[in-house]
Amino acid sequence: MNDQPFFRFDWVIDNLDEIARRLGEHLVMTGIAVGVGLLISFALALLVRRVRPLYGPTIAVTGALYSIPSLALFALLMPITGLSLLTAEIALVSYTLLILVRNIVAALDGVPAEVLDAAAAMGFGPVERLWRVELPIALPVIVAGVRIATVTTIGLVTVTSLIGLGGLGYLIVNTGINRFFATSIYTGVALSVALAVLADVGLEGLQRRLTPWAQARTG
Amino acid sequence: MEFLGEVAAWFSDPASWEGRNSIPLRLWEHVSLSATALALGVLIALPIGLAIGHSGRGARSVVAVTNTGRAIPSLGWLGMVLPITLVLFERGGLGFLPALIALVALAIPPIVTNTYAGLREVDRELIDAARGMGMSERRILAAVEVPIALPVILAGIRSSAVQVVATATLAAVVAGGTLGDFILQGIFVRDLPRVFGAALMVAALALATEGLFALLQRLATPPGLQGSAAVARPS
Repeated sequence: MNDQPFFRFDWVIDNLDEIARRLGEHLVMTGIAVGVGLLISFALALLVRRVRPLYGPTIAVTGALYSIPSLALFALLMPITGLSLLTAEIALVSYTLLILVRNIVAALDGVPAEVLDAAAAMGFGPVERLWRVELPIALPVIVAGVRIATVTTIGLVTVTSLIGLGGLGYLIVNTGINRFFATSIYTGVALSVALAVLADVGLEGLQRRLTPWAQARTG
Repeated sequence: MEFLGEVAAWFSDPASWEGRNSIPLRLWEHVSLSATALALGVLIALPIGLAIGHSGRGARSVVAVTNTGRAIPSLGWLGMVLPITLVLFERGGLGFLPALIALVALAIPPIVTNTYAGLREVDRELIDAARGMGMSERRILAAVEVPIALPVILAGIRSSAVQVVATATLAAVVAGGTLGDFILQGIFVRDLPRVFGAALMVAALALATEGLFALLQRLATPPGLQGSAAVARPS
């Protein structure tokens, strides 16, 4: 690789289709993981808020899952689900649970008691109260959790290339490291970082839009 | 059940325990690479964190370092270092060096951030009192700030340690070696028992690292202040 430029822009131009395809795969894998993770975490959060003694064990289990390296978790699932997207998604979803459950529980716990009393006095049932009162107030803290989970997931999706899936990890490993081709490596890493930053900024913007009243308090 | 028997067979096969592709060798590579990276990471990050935390200057760069560190994937660090070392040393076959550099880079941000945050949390009045007693700045740092901030500093080292051990698995992609090598080889030749057995060891090593540093952190925390601290991110 010494007789050619360190970074070959011509390769990037020639392979825009391939790069776009890998970026698309990366987005889909991240979207599924965070989406499913959010649904499961929400159900878990509602459950442990109802049955408090379950909170400790839930955090302990999701915390243990969180510290298992991704390649190892993929490998542990392989006897059951093989080298598949399902293997990757089960692992990716399980990594989102700790942050999301903790933040959703903390966010809902943070809703002031007077507000809940007011909602009850207005005749709101539990579902309506959750949807129209608790969730809007809890949203900024929940979105903060979703931002961390999303940025983390975008990084972890690169590892799925090691179990034969695509995404930006394909550019880093398969066409990059395995062929000692710097251009592909740096393209993959740069896009992954850009995606993480954009997702972070985008979600923050979304949260500001959804909760315009929160600006007055937080400045 | 049959599958678990095959995993057990891989562990009990004498061939798995000797030669250049043995379990003890790969485990040693994994542990020594991780320990070296963490030690170097602490040596670099701790003085930076202490300097910024004590003076209060450079907080913005701390935030920048943390955010960048979080956005770059662990695999990305390994990938980025490889071509640079190839150019700098004008040859391949550098063994663990590229992986070591990447792991050190990965270990630094959590330690800098937590050391800084830990020192900043120390009550200003305590520091003023220490200064009023005539303590030198160095002495204030060593005798007042660090002991109070120690649990938070250790939480940062714990984050780094867990991430480094996890990412050492991925180092197999650039260096060959570490327990991750069994996983990659196994996937390549479709030897699932080997993949699974190695993954069990990696998971156990990660959980043991987490446990060890959690214990250290607990020992450094006064009984009245026991609480939860930051966790690492998965890698």
